[in-house]
Amino acid sequence: MPRRLVVVDANRCVGCQLCVYACTSRFGYAGLSKSAIFVRSAGGVERGFVVIVCRACRDPPCARSCPVEALSLRSGGGVILNPNRCIGCGNCVEACDIGAVMWDSELEKPVICTHCGYCVGFCPHGVIALEEVV
Amino acid sequence: MVDWVKTLSRVLYIDLTRKIFWVEDRSDLFEKWLGGIGVAVQLYKEEVPRGANPLGPENAAIFAVGPLTGVFPMASKVIAVFKSPLNGYIAESHAGGRAASAIRFAGYGAIVIKGTSDRPVYVVVDGDRVRFRDAGALWGMRSSETVGRVLREALPGAGYRTIMRIGRAGERLVRYANVTVETYRHFGRMGLGAVFGSKKLKALVVIGRKSFKLPDVVAYREVFKEVFNLTVGPATRKYHDLGTAANVLPLDKLGALPTRNFSSGRFEGAREISGEKLAEESLSRRVACSACPVACIHLAAIREEYEDERYFYKTEFVPYDYEPIYALGSNLGISDRYGLLKLIKAVEDEGLDAISTGVVLAWATEALEKGVVDVGKTIVPLRWGDWRNYIKAVSYIVLQPNDFYQALALGVEEAAKRFGGAEFALAYNHVEPAGYHTGPLYHISLAIGLRHSHLDAGAYSLDQRLIITGGSLPEPEEAVRMIQEEEAWRQVLNSLVICLFAREVYGRATAERALKSLGYNLSQTDLVELGRRIYFEKHLIKFSEDFKPEDIVLPKRLFETPTPLGQISPDYVRRAIAYYFKTLSDEVKESTGRKSS
Repeated sequence: MPRRLVVVDANRCVGCQLCVYACTSRFGYAGLSKSAIFVRSAGGVERGFVVIVCRACRDPPCARSCPVEALSLRSGGGVILNPNRCIGCGNCVEACDIGAVMWDSELEKPVICTHCGYCVGFCPHGVIALEEVV
Repeated sequence: MVDWVKTLSRVLYIDLTRKIFWVEDRSDLFEKWLGGIGVAVQLYKEEVPRGANPLGPENAAIFAVGPLTGVFPMASKVIAVFKSPLNGYIAESHAGGRAASAIRFAGYGAIVIKGTSDRPVYVVVDGDRVRFRDAGALWGMRSSETVGRVLREALPGAGYRTIMRIGRAGERLVRYANVTVETYRHFGRMGLGAVFGSKKLKALVVIGRKSFKLPDVVAYREVFKEVFNLTVGPATRKYHDLGTAANVLPLDKLGALPTRNFSSGRFEGAREISGEKLAEESLSRRVACSACPVACIHLAAIREEYEDERYFYKTEFVPYDYEPIYALGSNLGISDRYGLLKLIKAVEDEGLDAISTGVVLAWATEALEKGVVDVGKTIVPLRWGDWRNYIKAVSYIVLQPNDFYQALALGVEEAAKRFGGAEFALAYNHVEPAGYHTGPLYHISLAIGLRHSHLDAGAYSLDQRLIITGGSLPEPEEAVRMIQEEEAWRQVLNSLVICLFAREVYGRATAERALKSLGYNLSQTDLVELGRRIYFEKHLIKFSEDFKPEDIVLPKRLFETPTPLGQISPDYVRRAIAYYFKTLSDEVKESTGRKSS
């Protein structure tokens, strides 16, 4: 059964960004900028945090915006990036209204969530989870 | 293999006088001194000449991070080093928020800010770009929170950035003005805010979006997971649940909660301002620094009805911690939770250090009570518990309408020198103390610690251990050895750099392994030795700044008010300070440290 990453309750988020660090480390890097998940304040931390994850759309606008078919549909929703095809135009970033297509400014290519769930193991407060797609 | 030191070694120099910046590779420093305090001390030695005026262009504000910053859990702090306008010695202050990761991922191990701008500016560091921006529109703004909000909306990089700024207190050179970071964290102590103010630097924004290839991902992930599991375990539980405010009731129960200017260690209103009560009645959100799962930052919501209109409400958010609760609560006799939060908010908006402000106001209250000064000087009748008048007094400290408040803005020791009442002016070498009256070891540590800070050696824990075990006091010489050993080890933690709340997580073995996973080859013995060397280096500098331990006079009040370990013996303290001086080498005692100005 395919799975997808979901935000269970953004109000539980304390803004530590350990999920972001964890995701970046999947690629062998330390930092925040190669991550497919991102956390920022909702305009001042007293208002809480915005947790941005790919919601695994069934009909993803990012895929439709790609001029070179580098984004193919993933079973269970969302897309799979073929980096060899990608020309780095950035249309997919623009197309995603929830801002879940991240950008690797060193590679000039998008960062696409694979819904692997590695980040979930580093969220100490139950903000995110991996769920089965039915 | 990736050389991790290389990724950390870039130092950004910003000269406010000439409005220029440059980057230097300082692998020489980061290889020898690791990072954080180890490196910052060396940069201070290079940048700040002997005899420098703390509020002159020759002072520098130095920020440093370390090899673990932004890479391991709870490696979330920046070390700031500068010459303190409060006491004229090398000073150190730490802050969290997103400051550490922002500096690290902007590509720097340290940032050195020197010179003085001719007009108010703020500086934006966005990776390799540095911009000097006109701060004319921000200067004089009543609340530092508004300054933060304006910059938040005007600048890019949400989630990747730190917004450090001063309030009016820094602009007006109150010697214990702080620098606020991300709204609710601070470089609180020793007056970095006044140093910013003297440089006409309203804010420093750093945006860090870089990433660095890890030398050995497999090894790194293994240690990361192990450290992560420790940071979400019992070692940090108390900070997560109630935050540092968890200390209020236990310290009160022991009789170690400074109350009404340290005249008692017990406060009858402790329950009302305890971590438990604050959490149950006022807590609205818990927040974390970058890379910290603990989330010790506790924000209270205060809901208030406008006096001029019924059913018209506002809700404000106020951060609370143990230290402001002591300094602005028990030490001022305030048990009204709402009033305490309003007072903390006022101090927060002005950009003042809560500890120093509370101690200064407590002294002023007692001075008025004892007739040392009259209400003509204090303008408002300061009375224990009267938080409304204290809020007014806070703004007078900043605006300084008369010679009394001008003196208060210089710190409690200076105020007592001018007006009298030195016997109840709580300060160690011009620095107002944090809130523990646990016993003699704590107070000795404040006297001999290089920052005169409770975090130098955390000696309140040593006292508390004696209280719990019922053990007898060690000989003063032994007490000094214990304090020095802990303080030396903390130089290592502050070079890595980790939050001191994680000190039990990062034992010697864990520190060694974390560094190893990044390619460092330092044994536990090497680390201990490094800590001693940094401790020594700091002494060289401090003694060159005319620090004289024989001049340390502990406030008389400390010997009058009993601690849980009984009355403090002046003789015990005297022997300890004398022994401390004896342990220092002749090289330290005769130090001229570095070049003269």
